[in-house]
Amino acid sequence: MAELEQKQVGKKGKKKKGRKKMSTRIDLTPMVDLGFLLVTFFMLTTTFSKPQTMEINLPVKPKGEVTTEEENAVKASKALTLIIDGENKIYWYQGLPGKDNLPAVTNFSAEGVRKILLEKNITIQDMVVLIKPTDEANYKNVVDILDEMNITNIKRYALVDVTSVDLDLIKNL
Amino acid sequence: MPKVKVPRKSTLIDMTAMCDVAFLLLTFFMLTTQFKSDESVIVDLPSSISEIKLPDTDILNITIRADGKVFFNIDNKNFARERLLSKISEKYPELQFTPEEVKAFVLTGSIGVPLNQLKGYLALDDFARKTYDQPGIPVDSTNNELGTWIMQGRLSNPNVRITIKGDQACPWPIVKKVMNTLQDKNVNKFNLITDLEADPNKLKGI
Repeated sequence: MAELEQKQVGKKGKKKKGRKKMSTRIDLTPMVDLGFLLVTFFMLTTTFSKPQTMEINLPVKPKGEVTTEEENAVKASKALTLIIDGENKIYWYQGLPGKDNLPAVTNFSAEGVRKILLEKNITIQDMVVLIKPTDEANYKNVVDILDEMNITNIKRYALVDVTSVDLDLIKNL
Repeated sequence: MPKVKVPRKSTLIDMTAMCDVAFLLLTFFMLTTQFKSDESVIVDLPSSISEIKLPDTDILNITIRADGKVFFNIDNKNFARERLLSKISEKYPELQFTPEEVKAFVLTGSIGVPLNQLKGYLALDDFARKTYDQPGIPVDSTNNELGTWIMQGRLSNPNVRITIKGDQACPWPIVKKVMNTLQDKNVNKFNLITDLEADPNKLKGI
């Protein structure tokens, strides 16, 4: 496909000695090949996105024994508890759980937990959300819940270990 | 019958435009992407709306795979990996490393073997190391080697930022163990690596 046309100069045209007239057109096919080769290489060996991160701050671990009263220092009236169970289920209750305040089930959708959080954030002043993942929960569930906190702009929340009382409550549901 | 004259057309196509496109794409890819890190541990990240970008260096990464195996990685800024290995040797005098093993440690990615198997793991050749199924770093309360790694990692690079890269399906108790280990080592601020997801609040505004 070489385009470098070499015009045969006839013997008759010997008048002008020296330069042959060369076409200025160069065949660019190999260069295109090279270009696409490099494009392919870069497409396959590189990644686009830098990973995103979510920053979390945990409280300093208290030294020594902590009494249960200290652990329950959050005022019951201001607390909203979310128990994250397996199979993408969330049990939630407000305040202290009991026979007349049984946990309700919801899910991770926008109509589920987000709606509850938004509603409760208005009705309860200085709400504190207690997030209690059970052993059946997976990492995605917890990250999703932490993300819901960011979405609904709730600033006060805590990751707490699930208690046996909570486990009994949801078992009987 | 008269012959139909088919005008002879040159089969040559001007490649200049195509060349322009190819190099435009090339430039685009070179400028916007970065090389994939040589990571043998594959995890499926959860997504969040957080848009904080992660820096390239000064990262101490703890990877948790879906099956609950824990891996440790630190970048080699200012030879942090070499220092880390010498600190491990200081702490465990029975673990001494040859220069070849130090080199292998610097070049390899995530570490997921208990300390007593580390020497054997580093003795493998590059390909065998990549395909070797690492058993994960122990994080049990009786034998918490992850704590040692974190401690020594922070000592070898004090500016390090700690990140957790967990798989979506990873069970919570393992992540809790890792977080408790971090808290024990007085690391109360760390980052969870996630994929980007659209922020519903911003979507409403559109």
